[in-house]
Amino acid sequence: MSDVVEKTLTALPGLLSLDSQPGSNKLSSSSKLGNLIRGITELTSKHEEEKLIQRELTSIKEQVSSPNTSMRQMKELMVRAIYCEMLGYEASFSYIHAIKLAQQGTALEKRVGYLAVSLFLNESHELLLLLVNTVLKDLQSTNLIEVCMALTVVGQMFPKDMIPAILPLVEEKLNHPKEIIRRKAVLALYKFYLIAPNQVQHIHNKFRKALCDKDPGVMTASLHIYLQLIEENPEGYKDLTTSFVTILKQVVGGKLPMDFNYHSVPAPWLQIQLLRILCLLGKNDQSTSEIMYEVLDESLRRAEINHNITYAILFECVKCIYTIHPKSELLEKAAKCIGNFVLSSKINLKYLGLKALTYVVQQDPKLALQHQMTIIECLDHPDLIIKRETLELLFRITNAQNVTVIVDKMLEFLRINKDDYTTIDLVGKVAELAEKYAPDNEWFIETMSTVFSVGGDTMQPDIPNSFLKLLSEGFDSVEEDRKLRLFAVDSYVSLLQGEPGKLPQRFLQVISWVLGEYSCLRADLEVDTVLRLLAKLLDMKTTSSETKSWVLMAMTKLCEGGAGVSVARGVYETYSSSLDTVLRQRAQELQHLSQDPELRARVLPRHTGLEPLEVDSSLSFLDGFVSEALAAGAAPYKPPHQRQEELAQAKALSLEPYGLSLPLSMSSCSITDRQSPTLLSISSGLSGNSNDLSHKGGLRLDGVKRVWGREGYLAQREPAEESAHVEVPSTLRSPSQQGVADGSHSQTPTHTPTPEPELEKQQLASSLFVGLGSHSSVCLMGKSEPTPQRFRRKARSPASSSGASENVSHSLVSPPITVDTLMCNNLLDSHITSEPDVSPLEQTPPLSLGLAAANGSCDEELPDSDVKGSSPSLIGDDALVAADPAPHEEPPKDLLLSSYLPAELSGLSHSEITPLSSDQSLDLSACHVHKEGDLVLVVFIYNSSDSDIQQILLELDSEELEVSCECDGAVGGARGHSVAVCQYSLSVKRPSVHVELVGTVSYQFPVGTPQSGQFSYKLPLSSFIRPLTLSTEEYGTMWLDFSHDTKQNLTLISDDPEPLAASLSVLKKKLQLHVVEIIGMEGIVACRLLQDQPCLMHCRLHAGTLAVWLRSPVPDLPDCLMYFCQRALQEH
Amino acid sequence: MQNEDTEQQIIRETFHLVSKRDENVCNFLEGGMLIGGSDYKLIYRHYATLYFVFCVDSSESELGILDLIQVFVETLDKCFENVCELDLIFHVDKVHNILAEMVMGGMVLETNMNEIIMQVDAQNKMEKSEAGIAGAPARAVSAVKNMNLPEMPRNINIGDISIKVPNLPSFK
Repeated sequence: MSDVVEKTLTALPGLLSLDSQPGSNKLSSSSKLGNLIRGITELTSKHEEEKLIQRELTSIKEQVSSPNTSMRQMKELMVRAIYCEMLGYEASFSYIHAIKLAQQGTALEKRVGYLAVSLFLNESHELLLLLVNTVLKDLQSTNLIEVCMALTVVGQMFPKDMIPAILPLVEEKLNHPKEIIRRKAVLALYKFYLIAPNQVQHIHNKFRKALCDKDPGVMTASLHIYLQLIEENPEGYKDLTTSFVTILKQVVGGKLPMDFNYHSVPAPWLQIQLLRILCLLGKNDQSTSEIMYEVLDESLRRAEINHNITYAILFECVKCIYTIHPKSELLEKAAKCIGNFVLSSKINLKYLGLKALTYVVQQDPKLALQHQMTIIECLDHPDLIIKRETLELLFRITNAQNVTVIVDKMLEFLRINKDDYTTIDLVGKVAELAEKYAPDNEWFIETMSTVFSVGGDTMQPDIPNSFLKLLSEGFDSVEEDRKLRLFAVDSYVSLLQGEPGKLPQRFLQVISWVLGEYSCLRADLEVDTVLRLLAKLLDMKTTSSETKSWVLMAMTKLCEGGAGVSVARGVYETYSSSLDTVLRQRAQELQHLSQDPELRARVLPRHTGLEPLEVDSSLSFLDGFVSEALAAGAAPYKPPHQRQEELAQAKALSLEPYGLSLPLSMSSCSITDRQSPTLLSISSGLSGNSNDLSHKGGLRLDGVKRVWGREGYLAQREPAEESAHVEVPSTLRSPSQQGVADGSHSQTPTHTPTPEPELEKQQLASSLFVGLGSHSSVCLMGKSEPTPQRFRRKARSPASSSGASENVSHSLVSPPITVDTLMCNNLLDSHITSEPDVSPLEQTPPLSLGLAAANGSCDEELPDSDVKGSSPSLIGDDALVAADPAPHEEPPKDLLLSSYLPAELSGLSHSEITPLSSDQSLDLSACHVHKEGDLVLVVFIYNSSDSDIQQILLELDSEELEVSCECDGAVGGARGHSVAVCQYSLSVKRPSVHVELVGTVSYQFPVGTPQSGQFSYKLPLSSFIRPLTLSTEEYGTMWLDFSHDTKQNLTLISDDPEPLAASLSVLKKKLQLHVVEIIGMEGIVACRLLQDQPCLMHCRLHAGTLAVWLRSPVPDLPDCLMYFCQRALQEH
Repeated sequence: MQNEDTEQQIIRETFHLVSKRDENVCNFLEGGMLIGGSDYKLIYRHYATLYFVFCVDSSESELGILDLIQVFVETLDKCFENVCELDLIFHVDKVHNILAEMVMGGMVLETNMNEIIMQVDAQNKMEKSEAGIAGAPARAVSAVKNMNLPEMPRNINIGDISIKVPNLPSFK
C-alpha cells in the first residue's frame, strides 16, 4: 500500500490542478467519505494509514450499532466500510448491518445494502442465509427496481442450498413483461445451472423459450446458457444449429435495431457468442458444419471495417472455420485473415494472430511457414507476452531438426522471465522437448541442467523424476548409457566445483543422486573429491534438509575405503544428533555402512548396471514375523483401500479407494535407493530389440516419455553408420558447390542480398522451420514419428566409422539439407560450432551470406527437398519392418481358403489367413476364429500336387498355450489340389503379449519317402480376451480378491468432449472389454481371458491422462492387457 | 470475501503487472498463479491515470472484452458527465451499479450503452429526491488506480482451491 501512497504523493502537484475541473465540484468536502479519503492521501506511511483506518473503523462500528442511526446514515457508513475493506482492512462487524440495510432500507438504501453484501460476503458465507428472506420479498415486490436488484444479487451470489426457495419466483420472472427482468432472470438461472445443475434440469425447455424471446437482449442472455450446455454436450443440441445460424444471419444482415450497433457493427458481442456456439456444434460433424458454411462466409465478408470489434468477430470466425469440418474455400479466407492479424502493426492483433496460428498450426503447418519472418520478429519483441505466445507456437512445431534452436530460444526466455507460472509451464515444455528430440547426450544433459537451474524449486516434481528415471533405465545401447551418465557426472562435478550455493534444491538433489550412482563410472575421478564436494553441500546454510538426506544417501553409496570413512565420521558426528530424524537415520546408515564393507557390498551392490533387482514383492520373508504377530493377537493387515472400502460400505459404489492410486512418479525417498522401484517393472525386455513394436520391451516402458527411449535412441545405432554418408558429401564438396546446390533449390534465385540483421533472421527462420511441413501434418501432430535426425548425425560424426554403404540415394539427396542444417548450427547453436566440418563455412562469410539469402527464400521449397532427403531412409526402415512379417501370399487365395472354414465357424470373425509353410506339394495356412467361449485355430492344408496324400500328421506345441484338437485328429488325407482343414481349440497357460505355436507337419505320399516341415504361428493375447459381464457390486468384491495388478497412465482420446467415455468405447471395440459402469471421472471395465480368468480394470481421468489400474488373479495378465490398451489408444 | 489476503494480493499483483507495462505492448496478460491458471487472462485498458482491468476466462473474446471496457468507460463518462477519477473514488457505489448493469455475476449482461444508461437513470431518479452528495469543491485529491476484476471466473475447478476473483472494482 505504502508504495501506492508514495505514488500518490508524487502525483499530487499535478492532481491539485484538478480542483477547478467540473468533476471535483460534485465532491463534498463535508462528506465523511471525503474526509476519510482526504485523510488517507495526506498520510506518509503505511503505519499512519493503519492507525487512521482503525480509528475510522472504530467510529463506524460505534455508529452502526447505535440504535439512533437512521437508515440513511447507515448507507453512508456502509460506503465507508466498503472503502476500508477495499483497502484491505477487515470490517466484518459491518456485514450484518449491510444485510439489515438491504432488508429494511428504502429502494436506494437497499441498493447500497445489496452492494455491500455482494462485496463483503462470498458464496459460502453463512450470513448469506439471512439474505434469503430479503431476496424472496424483493422478488415479489411490485417495484421493478427492487426486483432487478434482487435478481442481480442472486446472480452474483446465492447460497446453493437455498436455490429451491426462490427458484419458482425466478422462473416466473421469465414471463415478466419487462425485458430487463427477463434477461436478469435468465442469467440468474444460468448462475443456478452453474452452481447446482441438477436443480434446474426441469426448466431446460424454458431456456429454449428464452432463446426465442422477442427481445434480442433476452436471447443474448440465453446464449450464455447454451454455450455452457453445448460445451458439455454438443450432441444434445445439434437440432438448434439451424436456429443459431438463422440468428447469426439476421444479426450479420443488420436486422437488429440500430440500438444494438457498436461502431456500426451490429451486435458484435452477440456475433461472437454465436460463433463460439457454432464452433462447438460443428466440431467433428460434417453435416452440421455444412449448415454454417454460408453464414461464416457472410460474416467474414461483412467484417471489413477496420475496428477492434470487427477483428474480434473475425478471430472467432477463423477459429470456428478451423474447428469445424474443413471447407477449402473458407480455410483459404481464414488463412488470409490470420495473415492480416499476424502482419498487423497493432500489437493486440498480432497477439491474436499468434494465438490463431498456434491453434491452426497442427492442421496447417504451411501457414506458419508463410509467416516465419513475422514469427521471428515476434521472438525478439519487447513484450514478454508476445514472446511467450510465439514460443508456444514454436513448441507446437518442434521436431527433431529444429529442437536445439527452439529450446535455445525458450531457455533464453526463461532466463529473463520473472513470472513463476510461466516458468513452470515453460520448463515443463523444455523438458518434454529435450526428452523427445534430444540430438545428443551433451545437449540433453546441458539442457536439463539449465532446466533445473532455471526452473528452480517451483517446477513440477516429475521433471527431475523422469530425468533420473531416464538416466537409470537407460536405452538400448549400454555404451550410450555409459556415455550419457559419464557426461552427466562430469558436468555435475564441475557445477559443484563452481558455486553450488546458487543452484536450486531440486537440482542439487538430482546432482547428488547422479554422483552417488554413477560417479564410479569415471575412473579418474577420485571418490574422495566427490565426497568432499558433497560434504560441502551439507555445510551450506541454504541446503534444505530434504536435499541433505539426498546428499547423505549419495555419500553412503560412495564412501568406501580409508578417506571415505573419515569423511563419513565427520558427517556422522554432525548429523547423528540432528533434530531431523530422517537425517539422523541417514547419518547412521552412512556411518555403519562405511565401516562395514561387507555389509555395504550386500546392501548397495556396485555395478548392478541395468539388471533389475529381484524383489520379493509379496514380502514373504516377513511371513514368519507376521504369523508371530498374529499369534500374539495383532489384527490382520488390511490394505488401505480395503479399509476405506469398509468405511464407505454404506454407499452403493465407492470408487474412492481406487482413486487413491499411487502416483507413478517416484517419490523422493525411493529414488535415493540404489535402484528405483519403478525399475523393477523393466524386465529383461529392455535389452531386447525394441525396434519391434510388438516386443515386450514396448510394454514395460511405462511412464517413460517414450519418444526418447524409443525413437530417439533407437535411431542412434544407424546414425553411426549413416553419418558417414551424410558427412561425406558435405565435407568433400567445396563450399561453392554447396552454394550452388542450395541455390538451385530456391524458388527465387534472383533474391538480392539482404542486410545483415535481416539475414540473421532468415537464417533463424530456416533453422526454426526446418522440417516443418515436410512430413505432412501427421508428423507435427503425432510428434512421435521417428524422423531421421540429422542433428544427431552431425554431432556424432567424429566417432563414427565408415560403416556399410547402404542407402546411397540418401547421401545423394541430402546435401542441401545438410548445408541448411549446418548453417543454423553455425550461427545459432553454440554447442556445435566446435565441429570441424562446420568451420569451412564459417571462414567464408561472403558465401554464407549468399547462401543464407538463398536459404531464406527457398524455405517454401524446403519441405520438398526435405521429403526427398528423408524418404529413402524411410523406405529403408520400411523394408526392415516389412521383412519381419511373413511375405504375403496372393490375396485371392485367402478368399478361397476362407470358404473352407468349417460351417459352424464361418459366421464368426476370424483373423487374416496367414501362410505357415509351404513346400512343393503342401501349403499350410492358418487363421484363428473368435468364438464366444473359445479361440479356435484353423489350419488349412492345401495339397498342391497332383497325387493324393494319405496321411498327414500335424503336431502343435506351445509354451504359452494349451492346444487341444477338436477335429477328428490331425490325421487325415488330402486329395490332389484340395484342402484339408484341422481345428484346434486354444487356451492360455501363461499370458504373454504374443503367444506362439510351433508345429511340425509330416506326411507321406503313397509312393515316396516321408516328408516333414516346421512352422510357427503367432497370435496376440488380445484374441483371447472376451467381455466379462458383471454388476458393479460383483466387480467390487472381485476387485479386492485379486492380487496381481499394474498401474499406468495412458494417453487419453482428447479430441472427444467426453474423453473417458470415448477412450473406453475404443477399448471396448478393439479389445472386447465390457464397460461395467462410468461414474463421473471414473470407469470400471471387466474382461476375461479364455477360459474364465477375469481381469478388472479401473480407469480414472487424471491430469489429462487415463490412469488405468488393472487387476487379475493371473500373473502377467494385467501387464499384457495394459500393453494392448496402450496400443489400442495410441492407434486410435 | 473468502480470503481477504488473497484478494488483496491479487489486486496488488495485478497492479504491479499492469502498471509496469509499456504503452506499445498488448493489452492481454496471461494466466498467473493467483488468478487461477492458464485459462484466465487479464485484459486491461489504460486511460490516463486509470487502469481498467478485467479478469476473464477463455470463454470470452479478448478483443470483445477490450471493447466492453470501452463501453464501460463511455457509460461512466455519460453518467458522471465527464468522468474523472475522483468521481469514481467518491462514488464507488454508483460505479458498481453501472458495472452491475453491464456484467451480472460474471456474465456480460448488456453491451448497449443507451440501455445501461436508461437503467441507471431509472435508479437515479429515486436518488434525485434526496440531497445530492455534491458539495463544495474538495481539495482532496488522490491518484487512483481503479482496478476492476468483475468477470467472475466461471466454473473454477482447480483442484480444491477455488480462487474467487473479487467481483469488485477496487482502488489503490
